[in-house]
Amino acid sequence: MSNPTYMDYSSTTPVDPQVAKKMADCLTMEGNFGNPASRSHTYGWEAEAAVDKARKQVADLIGADTREIVWTSGATESNNLALKGIAQFYAKRGKHIITLRTEHKAILDTCRQLEREGFEVTYLDPMPNGLLDIEVFKNTIREDTILASFMHVNNEIGVIQDLHAIGDICREHKVFFHVDAAQSVGKMPIDLATLPVDLMSFSAHKIYGPKGMGALYVSRKPRVRLEAQMHGGGHERGMRSGTLATHQIVGMGEAFAIAQEMMAEEEVRTRALRDRLYAGFSDMEEVVVNGDFEQRIGSNLNISFNYVEGESLLMAISNIAVSSGSACTSASLEPSYVLRALGLSDELAHSSIRFSVGRYTTEKDVDDAIILVRQKVEKLRDLSPLWDMYKDGVDLSTVQWAAH
Amino acid sequence: MAYSEKVLDHYENPRNVGKMDESDENVGTGMVGAPACGDVMRLQIKVSDEGIIEDAKFKTYGCGSAIASSSLVTEILKGMDLDEAVSISNSEIAQELALPPVKIHCSVLAEDAIKAAVADYKEKHAI
Repeated sequence: MSNPTYMDYSSTTPVDPQVAKKMADCLTMEGNFGNPASRSHTYGWEAEAAVDKARKQVADLIGADTREIVWTSGATESNNLALKGIAQFYAKRGKHIITLRTEHKAILDTCRQLEREGFEVTYLDPMPNGLLDIEVFKNTIREDTILASFMHVNNEIGVIQDLHAIGDICREHKVFFHVDAAQSVGKMPIDLATLPVDLMSFSAHKIYGPKGMGALYVSRKPRVRLEAQMHGGGHERGMRSGTLATHQIVGMGEAFAIAQEMMAEEEVRTRALRDRLYAGFSDMEEVVVNGDFEQRIGSNLNISFNYVEGESLLMAISNIAVSSGSACTSASLEPSYVLRALGLSDELAHSSIRFSVGRYTTEKDVDDAIILVRQKVEKLRDLSPLWDMYKDGVDLSTVQWAAH
Repeated sequence: MAYSEKVLDHYENPRNVGKMDESDENVGTGMVGAPACGDVMRLQIKVSDEGIIEDAKFKTYGCGSAIASSSLVTEILKGMDLDEAVSISNSEIAQELALPPVKIHCSVLAEDAIKAAVADYKEKHAI
């Protein structure tokens, strides 16, 4: 059997061959293997130069200064460093933090930990379209609020938060603003020179760089200080110790440089593919797009085929690699907490599929996916007692279920 | 997660998919599960005047293991009397399909569906 068609680019991406080549050049004796912190010989200087170049490549893509980039092991570490670092450093100023229920687990679980350390966290409900209600946010800010954290683009539903509007409110109330931009960087413009954002998390592997590599933007103007979470040799201006992984960093830099070059064109191309995919489903009965369709990244389609359970659909379309918000794909019996936070019914949450297209997706991939999905949804609906009931005009919300 | 061949077989070629007339007095209908939990099974049995299950039909909303579990029980049930039917246990189903631990609840649901269908039939006949 040939490999399934990859349509899960929001989960991860393959490393661009050009990136892989540059990374391989930083590993062996013949390559640039030195420790960037070595000051006494050329191996160290060359490695440092490679790291500096990558730092510039990353900074350039996001409109930042190179001194504002802290290398980390990925967006999860960046999120941990940002939230714990701010909370612990500024604890004397206040102990209240605001975030959104639909954030990535790397934010939510870090917030839970901070609650155990004595901080108070408000988890706001998004509007049904997945976006933050700016007025609600404004009214949640208190005297002791020190930090707000909202993701730029949601990993499941792809909706884009209005960073300018949120950031302006944060500045006005002297609240630090952290943004998890793992899903947006390299796919849409980010200009931190003009964005009122204090901290921003990035990952390399979502845009054709290596896994295990990320960065945290820490603003210099206004100055933001952090309590380090990793102690050691004082690398990264004391904010994150540990020998710099030259090959990983070079990979991230190269991936960001390529993204800068291709972003505008790629955005148009992936959006066209995504729209083509949606057009292939939009005439079907009982199909719902989850999250706002307009304020959404061009590569994401999160769609529910009502009355068909997500995992059984994934199984039926195993020639396409996608993910589902269904309970059965997780260890718990709960469907996606993101979709639940939007107020979706259980049936719809269990029936969701996330398609995310990317650099190597073709029109043929999309057309094949449409045919397969349509055929299998029809088959599974023929098997579904809920579909029968819907067709008989039964309102499922009035049925007494024997929950188990 | 890898599925066993038997699960895949029942999932790809489900047996006895369908719906019988619920008001037919020879038909017992069991509907178990809930959309909230991600699976709903409707199992129907048609019982002869001699008390033997002549036919069984199902429809299931749920994962592949839930579909396979209900498909399997429709095969097993045919030819059984009602006492035999209610003695089918979830572990038999789970074993037959080689369900992984995380999918055991699918076989429990199938057992519940059998019991519910039999109970419905018995209620109709005041047994």
